[in-house]
Amino acid sequence: MTAAITLDRVTKVYRRYTGRQFATLKSALLQRSILRDLRPSETFPALTDVSFTVPKGATYGVIGRNGSGKSSALKLVAGITKPTSGSVRVEGRISALIELGAGFHPEISGRENVFINGIMLGLSKREIQQRFDDIVDFAELREFIDAPVKTYSSGMYMRLGFAVAIHVDPDVLLVDEVLAVGDEGFTHKCLDKFAEFRRRGKTILLVTHSLNLVERFCDEAVWLDDGRVQTHGDPKRVVGAYLTAVEAGEEQLMVATTAKALERAEPPDERPADPTSDMFQAKEGRWGSREIEIADVALLDANGQPAHVFHSGDRLSIRLRVRAKEPTADCVFGIGLFNADGVCCYGTNTFIEEMQPATIAGDAEATFAVDTLDLVEGTYKVDVALHKRDGYPYDYHRLLYTFRVKSRTHDVGIYRPRHRWTFSPNVRFDSKP
Amino acid sequence: MLHNLASLVRYRGLVSSLVARELKARYRGSVLGFVWSFINPLLLLLIYSFVFTTIMPNETVGVQPYAVFMFCGILPWNWFSTSLSDAAGSLLAGGNLIKKVLFPAEVLPLVSVLANMVHFFLGFPILLVFLIASGHTPHLTALLWFPLIVAVQLLFASSLALMLAALTVHFRDIRDILANVLMLWFFATPIIYPWFQPNVQRFRWLFNINPFTHLAVSYQEVLFFVNGPFGHWKWLVALGGFSILLFLACYWLFDRLRDSFAEAV
Repeated sequence: MTAAITLDRVTKVYRRYTGRQFATLKSALLQRSILRDLRPSETFPALTDVSFTVPKGATYGVIGRNGSGKSSALKLVAGITKPTSGSVRVEGRISALIELGAGFHPEISGRENVFINGIMLGLSKREIQQRFDDIVDFAELREFIDAPVKTYSSGMYMRLGFAVAIHVDPDVLLVDEVLAVGDEGFTHKCLDKFAEFRRRGKTILLVTHSLNLVERFCDEAVWLDDGRVQTHGDPKRVVGAYLTAVEAGEEQLMVATTAKALERAEPPDERPADPTSDMFQAKEGRWGSREIEIADVALLDANGQPAHVFHSGDRLSIRLRVRAKEPTADCVFGIGLFNADGVCCYGTNTFIEEMQPATIAGDAEATFAVDTLDLVEGTYKVDVALHKRDGYPYDYHRLLYTFRVKSRTHDVGIYRPRHRWTFSPNVRFDSKP
Repeated sequence: MLHNLASLVRYRGLVSSLVARELKARYRGSVLGFVWSFINPLLLLLIYSFVFTTIMPNETVGVQPYAVFMFCGILPWNWFSTSLSDAAGSLLAGGNLIKKVLFPAEVLPLVSVLANMVHFFLGFPILLVFLIASGHTPHLTALLWFPLIVAVQLLFASSLALMLAALTVHFRDIRDILANVLMLWFFATPIIYPWFQPNVQRFRWLFNINPFTHLAVSYQEVLFFVNGPFGHWKWLVALGGFSILLFLACYWLFDRLRDSFAEAV
């Protein structure tokens, strides 16, 4: 196995000049400190000790959160920036799809820009001449090629940039999240082009947020987080590890959101009971007389563990711990689920479900269990309430609890009914490639 | 550094297409287009003629017509000064290229100098027409020096262009300072007054350390003072030698700062 790209213990430190800019040019010159002052004052490590190897002919995915160092790594591979320490080695001609059409001049025509851009990317005039028709056809810009580039739409601009870069015929192709450039049709064309590159044994380094793409296309992947390699290897495994971490992050975010909402709702809002208060008015808060108090609300997963991130179809339980200061007979438990738009997805209470209020005294617990959480992906908020039959609130928690539903299927709406498709035998589907 | 310098030769295709792009883009959309490269110096020359023959007649012996004399220095000066001010902002203007594409940064300031050189060449025929019309037809032998003067100026301007471009990335104030320095420099150079004026000769040493003096005087001797020999050639050759050293020094500085461009632009 020969390596096309090798990163060996690469560290990249960016300088930040905040706070200590040069005082003036004069003082810098007088103190002869120009070169000294160009050294970092405050530094920011974008990549720390990153090593990975991309074998020749492989398609290699780089994934990670925003700011995790993916693009910095790509720029190092492209040779645009130099590593602070460590080494980057690349075999063969590189073409970087980092900023499409970066060298375009708006005033001159698409045709002239193709030539200049091609020369910038290392082609000779004759090579561009030979590929010119392919480039224009690929960009689907035949009728506009002689118009100044400033008249192009952003999609046309990107397409032309992409077309030039891909026709450089590189040995190593660097791709930074550029598949979002065109409409569906163009994206497919790009993917076909990538597939063709793979067949011809070219190396592709792909930086993307599209995990599907990584799983489908890449032979290997690396996950960067905070400038460090978290894991690399089989793309399915890497994507899985990444998703797990993302969920953990979301879990924390949900916990924080909930904590903040609760904090805002304290100290107890002594708003006078308003039995007619509109159930659908989306305003967070907590109110009620507190004769019975909801002391604790927890969202539990299938194992009874507190959780805030669920998968569509999971089991979800909402557990209420309540404390009745005096034994009471008139008591209704209520639950409401709202999506991020404030739409009530489901609301119910024990009275509607014809459970006659019995006595409640001291500390008690109530659990609202959903066997399959058939909601589509999104963020949801929960109302929990304790009130009298006539609506007089003991303790009302409005939109204070947040959870997230995740799904690998990108269906839309709110509710995912359990369903299946059936077809007559003359309809056939290929499973995803 | 020497390796990078050598690779400059490889980029000549890139440089020439960028210069062409610069020129095309400059006049794209204007009705007269390239004709402006002729009209601009022509109008300038006519204005000077009008001012110095009608409004404020300059009767200095030996430099008549005065406007044509001045123009021998102003045309190259314009090339020089616009080159430097364009070059100072060239890396910032081309930030996209430096940050996003693997691109030899030194090409950008050099393109500024070369694009302005083309404008200089386009204005030159106008000057030649006026020289001939006013009886100052240059001698062929003197004109043989002309390419050397241009070459020295090209090297000298390129050196400063590289240095200014590299420094401006870190000190943005240079662009503003430069405009004022160039103004001062213009008046400190015998362009709108002749070199042999007694007041100039009295501070001769001061003028001698100004490199552009030797370029301006060379242009004037070769183009305007056609009856005398080109006596300034020693200074010109010396400036040529100095420019080579300056170019190496400025290129070294540029090379040192190169890695910081992608981050600081």
